Amino acid sequence: MASITLKINNKNYTVDADPKMPLLWAIRDLVGLTGTKYGCGISQCGACTVHLDGTPVRSCSLPVSTVGNKSITTIEGLSADNSHPVQQAWIQEQVPQCGYCQSGQIMAATALLKKMPNPTDKDIDAAMQGHICRCGTYPRIRKAIKTASVLMSQKASIK
Amino acid sequence: METITKNISRRNFIRYSGLSGAALTLGFYLPASGKNPGEELMSGSSAEAQGIDLNAWISIDTSGKVTITNHRAEMGQGSFQSVPQIIAEELEVNLDQVSIVFAQGNGKKYGSQITGGSSTIRGNYKKLLKLSATAREMLMEAAATQWGVPRAECYAENGLVIHKGSGRKLGYGDLALAASKLEVPKDVRLKSPGEYKVIRKPMARQDTPLKTNGAAIFGLDKKLPGMLYAVIERSPRFLGKVKSYDGAETMKVPGVKHVIKVNRDVFGNMFEGVAVVATNTWAAMQGRKVLKVEWDDAGFSYNSTEQLYTKMKEQVKGDIISFKTKGNFNTAFTKAEKKLEALYETPYESHSCMEPLNCIANVTTDACEVWGPIQGPDWIQQSLSNHLKLPMEKVAVNMTFLGGGFGRKAFTDYPYEAAMISREIKAPVQVVWTREDDTSMGPFRPGMVYQCKGSLSKDGRIAAFESRAAGQNMNQQNPNADKSGYNGSDTEGFLEPYFESIPHYSFGDAPLDSTVPVMWWRSVYASTNGFAFESFLDEMASEAGKDPLDFRRSHLGNPRYQELINKLEEVSGWKKRGKNEGYGVAITECFTSIVGEVVKVSKKPDGKVKIDKVWAVMDCGWYVNPDIIRAQVEGSIVMALGAATKHAIHFADGKAVEKNFNSYQMPRMTDIPEIDVHVMDNEEKAGGVGEPGLPPFTPALTNAIFDLTGKRIRVLPFVLEEV
Repeated sequence: MASITLKINNKNYTVDADPKMPLLWAIRDLVGLTGTKYGCGISQCGACTVHLDGTPVRSCSLPVSTVGNKSITTIEGLSADNSHPVQQAWIQEQVPQCGYCQSGQIMAATALLKKMPNPTDKDIDAAMQGHICRCGTYPRIRKAIKTASVLMSQKASIK
Repeated sequence: METITKNISRRNFIRYSGLSGAALTLGFYLPASGKNPGEELMSGSSAEAQGIDLNAWISIDTSGKVTITNHRAEMGQGSFQSVPQIIAEELEVNLDQVSIVFAQGNGKKYGSQITGGSSTIRGNYKKLLKLSATAREMLMEAAATQWGVPRAECYAENGLVIHKGSGRKLGYGDLALAASKLEVPKDVRLKSPGEYKVIRKPMARQDTPLKTNGAAIFGLDKKLPGMLYAVIERSPRFLGKVKSYDGAETMKVPGVKHVIKVNRDVFGNMFEGVAVVATNTWAAMQGRKVLKVEWDDAGFSYNSTEQLYTKMKEQVKGDIISFKTKGNFNTAFTKAEKKLEALYETPYESHSCMEPLNCIANVTTDACEVWGPIQGPDWIQQSLSNHLKLPMEKVAVNMTFLGGGFGRKAFTDYPYEAAMISREIKAPVQVVWTREDDTSMGPFRPGMVYQCKGSLSKDGRIAAFESRAAGQNMNQQNPNADKSGYNGSDTEGFLEPYFESIPHYSFGDAPLDSTVPVMWWRSVYASTNGFAFESFLDEMASEAGKDPLDFRRSHLGNPRYQELINKLEEVSGWKKRGKNEGYGVAITECFTSIVGEVVKVSKKPDGKVKIDKVWAVMDCGWYVNPDIIRAQVEGSIVMALGAATKHAIHFADGKAVEKNFNSYQMPRMTDIPEIDVHVMDNEEKAGGVGEPGLPPFTPALTNAIFDLTGKRIRVLPFVLEEV
C-alpha cells in the first residue's frame, strides 16, 4: 500500500492504494467519483476513458502509481452543468439510452474535437472504434460529434 | 373494498408514501382479492382514513410540484420520459414541473413491476391517463368550489386552473390540499389523440442531462456507509459444486476481509461459488486471483456446442410437441408438388449489458434492503422474502438506473448472492460481477435449431407451413418443472394474418435437456423464431418466383399490415432498387407491435459484402414519444447485427468459451449502417417498443445477401466479410 496523490479535475486527492490498482478503481472506490465506468477491465470497451493531461486513456488498465502528477480529467470535470459543447451536443441529439458507456464516449469525443475541430467520418471512426455501446447509440454519437464541432466553432467565433 | 381498522397517523402515511409535503396524492389501490390489480383509483387522504398503504403514483405538493413514482425500471428504454409525458398530457402541466422517482419493489401495490415484454407503456398507459385526468378534474373541482362558479366554466393549463369568464387563475399548489379532500370522480373524460399537446411529440428525455455529466447513479455507483465489495469465483461448469477451497493467500491481500462459500439460485438450481469480500473492488478481484478452489463436477454433463447442436438437429427430425396447428400439414405437404425445407441455427448469446451485474444488500437480523440495477423489483422482494424467511414488508428493494438490461436484470440470482453474503458477514455488501463473469455465467439466450417445411399452391401461394424447433425451454429449468409441455413461444414473431391465410400449418418444439442456464434475451424467442420464419418465407417467395415483398403482401390481408408494407415499400425505394444492390425484407410481430425492415447491401470494390442502409417501419399502435421509439429501433437493429454477425457463446468441456469483449465481439462504430426509422400513426392499442425492432433485422439482412449473391445464410452468426 502507498499514499498516492491524484490531481483530478483540478483538485488533489490523497489515497492509500495498492500501487498496482488501476486508476479506474482508485477514482471510483477510493476517491468516490463514479461517473467513470467499469466495463471490461481489459481496454476493450472504453467505458473507463479519462483524460491524462488532455489525452484519452483507459483508466482500467493504468496502474495508479504510474499517473504521477499528471492532471486527470473525468466526466465530472468536463462541466457539472452540462455546458461543455460536447455535452450540449449529446443532449441535443438525444444520444444516451441506458447512458452507462456515455461518459467514456464523451471523453473520447472531447479529446478528438480538441485535436481535430472538424473531424471527418473516418476521423470519427478511428477515435470512437474502441468504444462499445450495447444500446447501439452509434448513429447518434456520430451525429452529436458533428453537432459539437459546429457548436464549438460558433463558440470560437463569438469569442 | 376491504376495510382495515388499523389507524395510521398522518405522519405514518407520509412516511409510507415517501413523499413528504405531498398534498394531493393519487394512486391505484390493489385490493387483496376480487378486482384486478390497479382497478381502484384512490386519493391519499381516503387511503389514510382507511389505513391503506397506497402506492403514490402521482403527488402534487403545495408548491405545485408534481412527483411521479415510476414503478418500472429505466434501463435506457425511456420510461423516465414516456411516463411523465403521459401524465403531463392529461394533468395539464409542463414537463419541467414534473419530477420522477423510482418506486421500491412492491407487487402488492403496483402489480407486476417486471420491466420485460416491452410492457411499461402498453401495460399501463390507460391507467396513467386516467390517473392524471382524475387529478386534473379534482383540482378543477377545488378551484370551481373556491370561486363559486360552475366547473364547466373552468379549464386547466400549464399547472393552473383558469376561470374562462373572469380570467382568474389558481396554481395546482394552492389547490392541492383542497382537492385532496374531494371524492375521487369516476369515469373522467380522456382526450382523443387529436387533442394531444405532449404525447406523440419527440420531447427530449429528462434523464439525458444526468447521463452526460456522470451524475446518473447506476447500481455499480451506489455506495452505503461501511459497504464492502465482493467478487465470486463460481464453478466454471454449470451446477459444479465446491469440493474444497483454500483462502489463505487471499486473506493476505490487503483489503480482503472475508472468504466464504456462497450459492446462486438459478431457477431453483443451486450453483456454487466462493466469495471474496474486501474494502474495495480491486482488492476483492486480486484476492480472487490467488484463491484456490477444487470443484466437484461429478454427475454433471459436459456441454459442448457440438454436442448440443448435434442433439438439436436430431430432435427437429424426431417427435415434437405440437403447439398450434390448422388443417393437416402432413397430408398437404406429402401430396404437394412444389415443396421445400430448410434448417436454421441460431447461437447461444450473452446479454452483456455495459453495466456488469451487481447488487448491494444489507441484511440485518429482521430486515433486508437491496439497491441495484433491477428490472424486476417485486420478484426480487418475493424471492428474498422466501430465501431469508422475512415478511415481505421487511424486504425493501430499490432500483437505481440500469446500465442496460435486455432481460438479464429481470432475474433474481445476483441480488440473492448479495443478500446471502451480507447475511453472513453482517455488513452491507456490493456483489460485482466482472465482465468475464457477466459474459460466461449465463443465463444465456438459448441456442436454437429450426426445421421449416412448406409447400406452394399452383398459383404460388403458401399451401402448407411447418416449424419444428429444438432448443431449451426457459420455463422448464426448475428441477421440479414438468418437461412434457410445449414451448408457448413457438409462434412468437409470426404475423397474425398468416394464421388466416395459410390453410395448413403446424408449429411445435422438442425441448433440449441441458444444464446450461437460459433465459429471456431482448425480444425473447421472437429473436430466433423470426430468423427462421422470415428466412423461410423468403425461400418460399423465391421458389414461387414472386417478389419477396409482394409475396408477403398477398398473404397479409389485414389493412393494418397492408399499410405497413406500403410504407416500407415507399420509404425504402423497394421498387426502384438498382442492379448491383441487394434488398431484403422481413416483418415480424412481437409484444403486439409489428415491425418491418428492409436492408440494402452491396459489394465493396474488393468484392466483400457491406450493409448500406436499413429502413424500419414500426407499428406499435398508440404511442408516446416518436424519438424514443426511433432510438429503440436503432438500438434493436444494432443489437441484432451483433448477434447475426459478431458474437456467439460457445461451450467446450462444460464451460462457456467467450469471456470478455476480446472474444465476444460487439458491433462498433464502423459496423453500423445508416438507419432510417418510421413510426406508423394509428389508433390501435399500444404495443411494445423496446424489443420488437430486433427480430426482423437479421432475416432482412440475410435475405438481402441472397438477393445480391444468391447465397442463403441459415446458420448464425456469420462473418459479413466472408460471405
